[in-house]
Amino acid sequence: MIWPALKVSLLVVSCATALTAALGLALAFLLARRNFRGKELLDAVLTMPLVLPPTVTGYYLILLLGRRGLFGAPLYSWTGWTLTFTWPAAVCAATVVALPLMLKTSRAAIESVEPKYELASYTLGKGELATFLRVTLPLARRGILAGIVLSAARALGEFGATLMIAGNIPGRTQTMPLAIYEAVLSGDDRRAQLLAAILTLISVTALYLTNRLSRTSGAYAA
Amino acid sequence: MRRPLLLSCLCALAALVGTHCRPQPHNAAPRTQPDEITVSAAVSLKDAFSEIGRRYEARTGTRVNFNFGASGVLQKQIEQGAPVDVFASAGAKQMDALAAQHLILPDARADFARNQLVLIMPRSQMNGAHPSLSAWLAQPALYRLAIGNPQTVPAGEYARQLLTTMKLWEQMQPRLVLAEDVRQVLDYVAREEVDAGLVYLSDVAPTDQTVFVAATAPTGSHDPIRYPIAVVKDSRHEQAARGFVAAVLSLDGQMVLQQYNFISVLMREDNGSPQNSRLRAQ
Repeated sequence: MIWPALKVSLLVVSCATALTAALGLALAFLLARRNFRGKELLDAVLTMPLVLPPTVTGYYLILLLGRRGLFGAPLYSWTGWTLTFTWPAAVCAATVVALPLMLKTSRAAIESVEPKYELASYTLGKGELATFLRVTLPLARRGILAGIVLSAARALGEFGATLMIAGNIPGRTQTMPLAIYEAVLSGDDRRAQLLAAILTLISVTALYLTNRLSRTSGAYAA
Repeated sequence: MRRPLLLSCLCALAALVGTHCRPQPHNAAPRTQPDEITVSAAVSLKDAFSEIGRRYEARTGTRVNFNFGASGVLQKQIEQGAPVDVFASAGAKQMDALAAQHLILPDARADFARNQLVLIMPRSQMNGAHPSLSAWLAQPALYRLAIGNPQTVPAGEYARQLLTTMKLWEQMQPRLVLAEDVRQVLDYVAREEVDAGLVYLSDVAPTDQTVFVAATAPTGSHDPIRYPIAVVKDSRHEQAARGFVAAVLSLDGQMVLQQYNFISVLMREDNGSPQNSRLRAQ
């Protein structure tokens, strides 16, 4: 009864965290180190899910990616496949909702790196990518790591947007929070408590371990 | 030291994706023989429908996936083209909205159950006398009454109709506690945060040790509570979907629903609930 939901949750959180980390890092670098028109607007749009109720975010997602959605409709007529009610939809929801946390923390972390180190790297003949990977990234590591942890935590607890676009199908898209919701609403208190306890245990353990890990690696970086 | 950790995390992830993807090829070709349908149903129907679904699966070999949620959310999902075959709603409003947009098959729509609005109180009050519902609601000793938010919760809308019929809606305003779902109403009553609540009969589990049904709303004091079911127009498995609807409406399906305190549509409209007729008000 518990393993299917736990499995879906772990799968969704792993994929969403990887996606959020990659996407968030690229965007954070763009926003921190580049100037282009509409830059702050892009930041604001990407931060919206932090402010909007998740159900509203989910509704937007379904309007964009649903079978009749703006991007979902062409995808459907092209491939006959729709994202709605699949586990990648849950990944999508978790990613969109977690991205602002990754973006905000890593943008601040990258901005706090003194540009003179990057400039020094350029004068020594290193390209932009090499400089980013070997100078900026290590110096901003703690903030970025914090961003990844926060994103993973947010992805694990994601509920509203997931319910909207991925549905609540046991064994397929039913994550731990959705299983708790269903157990509570159908009056199965014992199952709800058990699931909630497991979810809490996982979150606390993950956060504690990352704190320990980032403190030792921080000392190592300093 | 951190490399191996990262590596093992990646391995675990790969394994997880692997195990989750493997059964997909079976499901990817549902149009061939073993059919598979998705049923979106109001979460209050979970226990009864899971049972009906199990029996249907055993009988036909068609796999039934359930998607349980609030009726309004399920409606929105269908409007946006979610791959749903059957929709069972806790209120006619959501089904009517889909019918107006031609998203359901009109000839495959039917009411499959009824329900009753009941007044529940904490178990600790069980030994008191039980006057009629109107007398009880009007008495000054009642401080707070929990109902679902009439805007979003169907049971709350029926509660509003009941209180309006009894000409109590205006004067009850300061005593009402609005909850976001029926489960919250049950919780408030069970924890004695409120003195009573209005919910559906089927929401009170027969084994419930925290609340009891004190009175039933009289017939005609609110619109009849009906649960509609229909086959979604875009269904790719129309035959199987129709089969499931038929299973819900069959004698067997109706008996399962009765078992979970829904009122079968096979019963006469004015029949009271099977177990609480003694407590009916007025």
